[in-house]
Amino acid sequence: MDFDPVLLARLQFAFTIIFHIIFPTFTIGLSAYIATLGALWLRTGQDRYRFLMQFWVKIFAVSFAMGVVSGIVLSYQIGTNWSRFSVVAGNVLGPLLGYEVLAAFFLEATFLGILLFGINRVPRWLYVVSAAVVAVGTTISAFWILAANSWMQTPAGFEMRDGVAFPTDWFAVVFNPSFPYRFAHMLNAAYLTTGFVVLAVGARFLATGRHIAEGRTMLRMAIGLTAVLAPLQLIIGDQHGLNTLKHQPIKIAAMEAHWDGALPADFEIFAWPDEHDGFNRYSVSIPKAGSLVLTHRMNGLIPGLLSVPEKDRPPVKVVFFSFRIMLAMGFFMIAAALLGAFFWWRGTLFETTWYLRAMAQTWWVGFVAVIAGWVTTESGRQPWIIYNILRTADANSPVPGATVAGTLALFIVAYGIVFSFGIYYINRLINKGPDGPDSGGSGAHFSGNPMSAARDGTAG
Amino acid sequence: MEWYLPPIWAAIIGLAVAMYIVLDGFDLGIGITFPFARDEAERDQMMRSIAPFWDGNETWLVLGGAGLFVAFPRAYAVIMPALYLPVIVMLLALVFRGIAFEFRVVSHSKSGWSQAFFAGSIVATVAQGVILGNLIQGIAVKDGGYTGGSFDWANPFALLCGLALIAGYGLLGATWLTMKTDGPVATRARQQAKYFLPAVLIFMAAVSLWTPLTEARIAARWFSLPNFYYLWPVPSVTALIAFATWRGIVTGREALPFLGAIGLFMLGYLGLVISNFPYLVPPSLTVWDTAAAPSSQTFMLIGTLVLLPFVLGYIVLIYWLFRGKVHAGDSYH
Ligand code: HDD
Ligand code: HEM
Ligand code: HEM
Repeated sequence: MDFDPVLLARLQFAFTIIFHIIFPTFTIGLSAYIATLGALWLRTGQDRYRFLMQFWVKIFAVSFAMGVVSGIVLSYQIGTNWSRFSVVAGNVLGPLLGYEVLAAFFLEATFLGILLFGINRVPRWLYVVSAAVVAVGTTISAFWILAANSWMQTPAGFEMRDGVAFPTDWFAVVFNPSFPYRFAHMLNAAYLTTGFVVLAVGARFLATGRHIAEGRTMLRMAIGLTAVLAPLQLIIGDQHGLNTLKHQPIKIAAMEAHWDGALPADFEIFAWPDEHDGFNRYSVSIPKAGSLVLTHRMNGLIPGLLSVPEKDRPPVKVVFFSFRIMLAMGFFMIAAALLGAFFWWRGTLFETTWYLRAMAQTWWVGFVAVIAGWVTTESGRQPWIIYNILRTADANSPVPGATVAGTLALFIVAYGIVFSFGIYYINRLINKGPDGPDSGGSGAHFSGNPMSAARDGTAG
Repeated sequence: MEWYLPPIWAAIIGLAVAMYIVLDGFDLGIGITFPFARDEAERDQMMRSIAPFWDGNETWLVLGGAGLFVAFPRAYAVIMPALYLPVIVMLLALVFRGIAFEFRVVSHSKSGWSQAFFAGSIVATVAQGVILGNLIQGIAVKDGGYTGGSFDWANPFALLCGLALIAGYGLLGATWLTMKTDGPVATRARQQAKYFLPAVLIFMAAVSLWTPLTEARIAARWFSLPNFYYLWPVPSVTALIAFATWRGIVTGREALPFLGAIGLFMLGYLGLVISNFPYLVPPSLTVWDTAAAPSSQTFMLIGTLVLLPFVLGYIVLIYWLFRGKVHAGDSYH
């Protein structure tokens, strides 16, 4: 049998990293939310904040565990799948990942122990501080890993000697041209995604008439947050795109399926890019809107895909469609959040049942946007693994295709099992809802489920 | 040239690996003894004794891997493809073991995830032993890249190391339970330690004989003069510690068996370091051959010197916060 080792290594890496990013996205946002609830609890002394905090901590525990184990896989896969890349980029990327481990992972892991098990062992303030420390840890971790990824997109601060990158300016390496945009966009994405999960859970409780007090608190907090962050994401994303136009123009051309650089760019609402003949089939477009967004002039020109040979173009369809999926999610989030804010302002938020029912179903929009965004970014970088420095085809490990295919199958099976159970358990925890005065049985579970009992305060 | 940077980095990575072996060793060991518990309530108690720590323990594995990537990218780029299958299998086993901590408590039936915890622990342990065995034996390298096949790792010595590590982690786990739990769980763990300790000693002897017999460079390291004069204390101290550990187990001491088990591990580890230094990928690549650029090693060294004390500090904090025994019947967490 004939397997293409590079393609398989890419598929395997894409699969495992897409699986991984689902959980950081959620835990970065959720840890910040939990810390906020903790702070509100300390300040006001109101129990509903504590109940909510404890509720989300249980869900956090399950998703964090999945984030950790899938992350450990990734840190080794850079060596197992991309050993030639490791040699070329090791001098530069190694320290960034090293800083992530030392500055973030130990911090998160340790204080997570206190957050999950410490409520009866440590003073309240230390408990809440631990929640905040976990949130800070996840943010530091995002900082370093995104610095590493951005360096692969827009390498800076180094020189090549005998085909190996040697750092010359660490500040330029870390704060490379695309890093600030990517960090802001990703961090905001994490908060938005979590905001929509909280919004959906609050709406679900209200729509089904359970946990009313907690549901209202969640709904208000989530709408307040997302109504600001969703429009903000559009602004950050726009700036991110302008910056990418400067550094990776062909990626932008692929995102817009723009072929001929001599013409102004239309904005394609729908199209089927024909990579063979170099034009768009079935195109539905707004004339010149692409140029307007990207150059702020009607007849502004941006480079087209045809300006480089086919072997230097990214896979246009993947980039084009994933970008459109992200945009669709983004605009949906803006509309949903602003509509909620409008109902809130009118004072009818908790009575507008159709809105609550609809929102209860939309917990996943952020995750889809994040995955689509990453697929845009990473596929748009192709055929380079380090932009203009190292081709992906020259970066893989000397491991036979069949071996990679076998482990890819193992990953699919294993992650399939883990993911199905994880989603199922999280859904069950959500259905059970927070413990509280109106949870309809706050004492009942003490005998039944040892975990909730422990986390509620009977553990020794 | 900054010739001294690579040995410093070798020491740091050596420390990370040692921390990993001891810390994750005892919680993998608990997974290994999982099937022998009477019921899920006992398993709850066993798991509770490690639940606040396991994530931090496993982070040392990430530091070991990332450290290798930081300081010795060329070694990383040879070792990972060479040990591709054992590494991936180990990672998958750790996935199941890690999620079992949380999934076990939220599922209706605990026993399924208890089995996943056991299977994950034992597979990860054997895979780590295989990785270790191959690193001792050496890896086929040409022009700085791996040249062997996908299954070169499957050889008798590596499998012996896999079994040895089951005994070793089992000993760490059993003595940890002796120290951190009470009731039937602790009593059973003390019994188990009585079996694990002799097994560990036999395996240590086997590895110590096998390597010098098959690897001339290791025989020369230990048995040439004057090395022999400096090195004979290593086996002697090992024997003394083994004896003290045994006494500790049979006389009902609480912490001594666990500390003794750590001591045995450290001496075994020291023995391997003596056999192989300065090779990182024996028999061809030394720490100097594979080192990252001095600028990279320095940049990271600064961070390590600043951050590592903090890391150690809050690790001490969490072990202190969760000090004392976990009793039977305490609810989870
Ligand atoms: C935007 C943020 C982000 C991105 C792009 C990534 N990660 Fe991640 N990672 C996190 C944010 C994060 C986190 C928030 O810190 C996690 C997620 C959930 C968690 O448990 O911690 C984490 C966990 C986590 C762990 C486990 C840490 C532990 O032991 O506690 C490892 C080893 C990695 N990651 C490694 C990687 C690698 C090698 C990546 C890319 C190739 C990567 N992560 C992408
Ligand atoms: C609605 C307006 C949005 C615009 C204009 C926008 C713009 C962009 C652009 C141009 C990129 C590619 C950057 C590059 O590769 O150089 C990108 C990537 C990305 N987007 Fe968006 N985005 C929007 C909404 C969202 C939303 C709502 C989310 C998630 C909740 C999101 C998550 C991401 C992620 C995770 C990436 C990959 C990482 C990165 O490069 O930053 N985006 N976005
Ligand atoms: C967590 C968010 C990320 C997601 C969802 C993601 C997604 C992807 C996807 C879909 C691919 C395959 C692209 C293709 O082959 O067409 C890919 C490739 C790759 N990415 Fe990312 N990525 C992320 C972050 C990172 C980071 C932080 C790094 C490195 C520090 C990284 C390094 C790589 C490498 C080495 C490849 C393989 C080469 C390639 O095919 O481009 N990625 N990633």
